[in-house]
Amino acid sequence: MGQTIIEKIFSKHAGKNVAANEIVIAEIDFCLGQDGTSGIVIDSFKKMNATRVFDSKKMAVIIDHSSPSPNSGVSAIHKKIRDFSLQQKLQFFDVGQGVCHQLVPERGFVVPGDLVVGADSHTCTYGALNVAATGMGSTDVAACAATGRNWFKVPESIKFICNGKLPKGVYSKDLILFLIGQVGADGATYMSCEYTGPAINNLSVDARFTISNMAIEMGAKFGLMECDKKTLDWVKKHSRKKFLCQSADPDAKYFRTLIFDVSKLEPQVAKPHQVDNVCPVREVAGTEIAQGFIGTCTNGRVEDFGIAAKILKGKKIKKGVRLIVAPASNWILKETMKKGYIDTLLDAGATLVTPGCGPCVGTHNGVPSDNENVISTANRNFKGRMGNPNAFIYLASPATVAASVITGKITDPRKHLK
Amino acid sequence: MIFQGKARRFSQDNDINTDYIISGRYKFKIQDPNELATHVMEDLDPGFFQRRQDGDFIVAGRNFGCGSSREQAPQAIKYARISAVMAKSFARIFYRNAFNIGLPLIECDTDQIKDGDELKLDLAKGVVTNITQNKDIKIKPLPPVMLSLLQDGGLVEHIKKHHGFNL
Repeated sequence: MGQTIIEKIFSKHAGKNVAANEIVIAEIDFCLGQDGTSGIVIDSFKKMNATRVFDSKKMAVIIDHSSPSPNSGVSAIHKKIRDFSLQQKLQFFDVGQGVCHQLVPERGFVVPGDLVVGADSHTCTYGALNVAATGMGSTDVAACAATGRNWFKVPESIKFICNGKLPKGVYSKDLILFLIGQVGADGATYMSCEYTGPAINNLSVDARFTISNMAIEMGAKFGLMECDKKTLDWVKKHSRKKFLCQSADPDAKYFRTLIFDVSKLEPQVAKPHQVDNVCPVREVAGTEIAQGFIGTCTNGRVEDFGIAAKILKGKKIKKGVRLIVAPASNWILKETMKKGYIDTLLDAGATLVTPGCGPCVGTHNGVPSDNENVISTANRNFKGRMGNPNAFIYLASPATVAASVITGKITDPRKHLK
Repeated sequence: MIFQGKARRFSQDNDINTDYIISGRYKFKIQDPNELATHVMEDLDPGFFQRRQDGDFIVAGRNFGCGSSREQAPQAIKYARISAVMAKSFARIFYRNAFNIGLPLIECDTDQIKDGDELKLDLAKGVVTNITQNKDIKIKPLPPVMLSLLQDGGLVEHIKKHHGFNL
């Protein structure tokens, strides 16, 4: 019988032909942790009586969630994971280098067909490169670090076929918000999502990352895409590792197949306090906002800042409104500076903060006040997510955020795109 | 294993995420699990830690533990001395994390449990007894992998005992 993408990748890593719902022990190609999770990775690794990481080149530790450190409690955790990473000679990224899910693919650590485990739920981002990547907890990652393996249940798959072409002013963020709204926060629990169809093929790799990144917001374990020329060009530019792309067989078995025509899709937002609380921008247009945020592992890439800069060029952010921007890596910061995007955003009145996760996870760099509305390009709008349980977070595309900070109200970006 | 305590429910029933279980405001800077536990469920139900009692059960609807991979979430529940979490379904990462650290998760029809009900959980028999309502609620049997991990005392002990995975 035919296999899905994930059945093929697990078959390769388990050394035998496997199908959905089987339990396998599989070899992993790479694992990672960040500063919010690596402290416990180290504790569990030591409690397992492990002394050396299975392969120091195959584990990354990234300080990104509270970076640079905002207080002494965080500094103590940073020191602990910095000392461990240096002692173990891991792929280590200290403060300011960027967000893990940008750095890991950007530095070429993962390639199509790989199996990757990260102590961060958005590890599924690399699925855009045909990488079977999934988030797990710290002790699971410690087991990977100690043994180079872990146990997995081979998941069933849901196929999302996206036909048509996204209209102008509508982006991959709008598409993934729409899909999450359709299936709900647990619509793909324990599943592997496969995104396919002409609308996906049309997207750049940057835009594809946004879609795979948010697979976890419907409970999924993986958010996979097949390889095409864009994937191959991107991977060859960033990595020297050998790889083998995996695609689904025509007779592969799916739990569910959903078909959408995206040609008439409008800009979307997720309203507080749930990611699946999705509606078209027009339904909440006019809602006052106090802060915008462009960045994160979802939408902090070069193309995202290009879109925002195009809308904000020659404009000013409304008085009394803040716009925080955080490029997802140091490399992206430099690229966006070269292209003039950062100049444009600063001229409009934006505040540039260190590449990292801070504002999204509420550690620092933009905690909202009580009763304030925030419009953000991040992937979660849970109560308290940005550091204040009395604030309200709306999720949208970089274009919608840029248009909204000009007016101070949630605004359809298509009005600002000629 | 037999546990007994009161059911604790929240204003929100479904999709209780790990940010609500333990906020990023605390988990990024506090390493001591006993200190983290004092903030458990704080953003959803301020004062929950002060009101709960040792041995209580957290009871919820669908998709408990969705969101971030933070192991501090089941850790905060365990160190708040909650016996087990009962829900109609659990999110995947939270599910693994809980068993890895030895916190039992029970899938059952939680519509039959009201806030404050006195419950008795018999893991070996696979039954929750709602003492207040005088009825038994069947629980979904644990998958063999999770049972092995729980019997070994969590993933760390499993790896130590078997010098790797033996599932």
